[in-house]
Amino acid sequence: MIYKHMTKVIRAVGLAVFAALIVAPLVLRSAYLTTTGVLIGIHAIIAVGLGLLMGYAGQVSLGHAAFYGLGAYCSAILTTKVGLPPLVGIVAGMVITAIIALVVGAPTLRLRGHYLAMFTLGLGMIAQIIFNQAQGLTGGFSGISGIPRFSVGRLVVDTDAEAYILVLVVLAATIIIAHNVVNSRTGRALRALHESEIAASVCGVNVARAKLEVFVLSAVLASVAGSLYAHFITFISPDPFGFRFSVNLLVMVVVGGASSVWGPVAGATLFTVLAQFLQKAGEQVPYLDAVDTMLFGAVLVLVVIFLQQGLVSLPARLRSRRRSSQEQGAY
Amino acid sequence: MSLADQLLQYLITGVSVGMVYGLVGLGITIIFNATGIINFAQGEFVMLGGMIAVALTAARLPLAAAVILAVAAVTMVALVTERLAIRPLRGASVIPLIIATIGVSLILQGGAKLVWGPEAVRLPAFSGEQPIRIGGGGIDPQRLWVMGLAALSVAAVQLFFKYTLAGKAMRACAINRAAARLVGISIDRMVRLSFAMSAALAALGGVVLTPVALMQCSQGTHYTLTGFLAAVLGGLGSGLGAVLGGILLGIVESLSAGFISSGYSKAIALAVALVVLWWRPEGLVRRRQA
Amino acid sequence: MKVVSSRWMQVVGVSCLVVVVAVAFSLSGCPPKPEPTPPGPMPPGPVKPAKPAPTGEPVKIGAIFSVTGPASPLGDPEKKTVELLVEQINADGGVLGRPLEVIVKDDKSEPTEAVLAVKDLIEGEEVVAVIGPSRTPTTMAIKDICQEAAVPLVSCAAGRTITDPVATYVFAVPQTNTLAVEACFDYLEREGIDQAAFIYAANSYGEDGYNNAKVIAAERGVELVTVETFGGEDTDMTAQLTKIKAKSPGAIVCWGTNPGPAIVCKNAQTLGIDVPMLQSHGVANMKFIELAGDAANGVQLPAGRLIVYDQISPDDPQKAVLDEFAAAYKAKYDKPPNTFAGHAYDALWITVNALEAAGEVDRAKVRDAVEQTEEFVGTAGIFNYSAEDHNGLTAEAFVWVKIVDGNWMLSE
Repeated sequence: MIYKHMTKVIRAVGLAVFAALIVAPLVLRSAYLTTTGVLIGIHAIIAVGLGLLMGYAGQVSLGHAAFYGLGAYCSAILTTKVGLPPLVGIVAGMVITAIIALVVGAPTLRLRGHYLAMFTLGLGMIAQIIFNQAQGLTGGFSGISGIPRFSVGRLVVDTDAEAYILVLVVLAATIIIAHNVVNSRTGRALRALHESEIAASVCGVNVARAKLEVFVLSAVLASVAGSLYAHFITFISPDPFGFRFSVNLLVMVVVGGASSVWGPVAGATLFTVLAQFLQKAGEQVPYLDAVDTMLFGAVLVLVVIFLQQGLVSLPARLRSRRRSSQEQGAY
Repeated sequence: MSLADQLLQYLITGVSVGMVYGLVGLGITIIFNATGIINFAQGEFVMLGGMIAVALTAARLPLAAAVILAVAAVTMVALVTERLAIRPLRGASVIPLIIATIGVSLILQGGAKLVWGPEAVRLPAFSGEQPIRIGGGGIDPQRLWVMGLAALSVAAVQLFFKYTLAGKAMRACAINRAAARLVGISIDRMVRLSFAMSAALAALGGVVLTPVALMQCSQGTHYTLTGFLAAVLGGLGSGLGAVLGGILLGIVESLSAGFISSGYSKAIALAVALVVLWWRPEGLVRRRQA
Repeated sequence: MKVVSSRWMQVVGVSCLVVVVAVAFSLSGCPPKPEPTPPGPMPPGPVKPAKPAPTGEPVKIGAIFSVTGPASPLGDPEKKTVELLVEQINADGGVLGRPLEVIVKDDKSEPTEAVLAVKDLIEGEEVVAVIGPSRTPTTMAIKDICQEAAVPLVSCAAGRTITDPVATYVFAVPQTNTLAVEACFDYLEREGIDQAAFIYAANSYGEDGYNNAKVIAAERGVELVTVETFGGEDTDMTAQLTKIKAKSPGAIVCWGTNPGPAIVCKNAQTLGIDVPMLQSHGVANMKFIELAGDAANGVQLPAGRLIVYDQISPDDPQKAVLDEFAAAYKAKYDKPPNTFAGHAYDALWITVNALEAAGEVDRAKVRDAVEQTEEFVGTAGIFNYSAEDHNGLTAEAFVWVKIVDGNWMLSE
């Protein structure tokens, strides 16, 4: 009885801390914290989508930075060069990204093996080259500056705090969508096929179609996040949309855990905060900036070894030390 | 330069650059066959080979000794990697394994930068810098070293798989791990062997490449990605296929730099690779299936 | 048994790795041959009257450099320079009688990180001014933020878009690509070459060089017979140079930073291209000669005086500044400072001087003082800012240098 009571208290305290953290940047009125919050939100939106792809479809994308970039560039180009409202840019980015994801995903997701990883890797590299080279359209390496802040009609998201609220709203919507996907027929199918593709297809689940839907959804989410990024920073160049960011996204999902919708959110938060913490600590501790790449690598290795289901599995693990049954091994 | 001369030069360049992609791809293939893992730290082995050789020659070690020590050191690094990051994941699915190798690549890259700094380094050429004239153009003697070494490596690896017991055991592993274990093959040992072999190849590649291509701590990723594409193009499982895939990539890149646009040449080569893969998912060379 | 043996394996493996890394580290740590010291005894610095030690609250300046990431060859020496100068300035009485504190942030060569860093500097640290970032994209990402927050920004990046159009709070210290490209075309004009090939690194620096060359070539009536690019990670530029050779230009102009341009020189030598090879000030460092080796000989380029500080005439107004900086940097870090180190020197000193001139720690007054900087002798040249010119340098900032026998030679 006492134990049961305790967990309730712990849960309540946890929720309170969570809520406090969310509103902290707004209350403290710190542009730095708010900006960090916006970036956490943007990263989390992509990570939730990628988490669906990895956790529920069992596929990995090595080029999600390209979809992120696609959204950012669509928004930036359509608002600065064509003069269209930001909403049109976001929707155009979503449509274009969805089409590209369909073209890449349709043939590859029918195949067994990690063809999606290869295709998305290639796509990411091609996208990066186009962002770099199509100077007339993308501004090349000098990028595009003067991107307007996000607005719908007369409502302009002018300050960092407003942008933070906007990103939180989009993130909440993303999480709701992801929950629906997980609990929908497709979601159940995906969970089924993660156990056994053959069993799933015997049960009448269109495996390839289910995977494709999740892939397109995750790409579109990345594109939305890219548009939000462009309207928030108001300047874009090819740098944030390269292979390195695709890897960072993987880190977020893996560290947080892809088995739950909240895992990637936790991963994105931890990743972004840790990066800032290391930055801050690096000002005091010499050589810390030099080892942070190593540190990220080490965290990645340790998490996949000791915490395969990611951070979100930690509470459950602590509660019951039962070893989870391991899945079919690679070797 | 006449058009024929140019064409010849593009082909030479394409082959010599492509063989490097292929060499990295070959290493990726060896590990993939033994473990099913795509090793994203492969390019880091290339980088480490080059950087360690440079550090050793800077300490006035003779070149040959530096080469041997560099290869040995990188092989050691690969074995440690296998022991600390791969073996604990025995039984895991492929995605965590791939991510573990990405983690290792970050550790190696960060470590190299800590030790040697961010700037590029070079090694003296093995047999002089006097270029060999071919038609209106030419080629560095060091490029011949690179190509010769790549060709030798492929041949040696093929012979190893065909004629030695260990090679046959590794092939058995690639075809069916459970069955291989049943006939008494130690999977662990095969995995270790595959890491050692592919790291040694990569390090050797890195060392011969450094005099012409220079070496930088951040360059590993570039080698991994191009090598991976070469391996995929070759069917991900065939060593020869990886080298052919690499050469194809190199030639397409060189020709499109010459005749279309140097800015887009890599994108064109990638697009060609993706189209080939889309049309023939099993790659250029069909993998022997059980 | 098995557990024990595998644990031993692990221990042995890790110690082997540690030993290998340690040996490599110690070996690379000791240079094989001593750097050639500049001829003549080191001049003792001018004896300055001892100032009282700084007291009170430190004066905070922010700095953002690409200490890690692809641009770390720029950011690393910049950070080192700032650390060196802060020591010197505080030993010499500080700023306005108060100690100087420079908070250096690493933007990891990423615009997003630069944005975060600048917001923290402006709000959290309440710095009076910001120096850096190292790259054009990272500077462009924070240009508007500094302008809106009314915080002076003295950038170490060379992109034209940083100071053109002028933003009242944004300044830059490097010699612009515009000036450098003009110097190269001056050379072509002197030599009567009217057809040139242009090859540039696919990054913000190379692209900015090309954008300038396009305009200046048209003005000067020089035909760019072909324009090629190479990627930052590319290891062979033979294909691009084959195409260039086929067009038989009168000269090749290459725009980039290490290591790409070194490979361009090597590949050009391999192909037997014997037309003049012009490079940009982006390779004005010893590293370039080390990387290109024999192929570097004959390369010509416009460079700041820092690279030939031991050759310029004693009458040169920059001589004393360069000598002193180069000696101090070498003493602390055991290698000569490169151009980027010089940019950090200029940016910090301009800001510190502006603080002294403003007489108080006030962002707007410091901005005004920076804009009124006159005849400041820096490493890149002599700076004269004005309301219209936030770069402050003229073509005088460059000297024309040539690489002879693996050394930088000042040519007249």
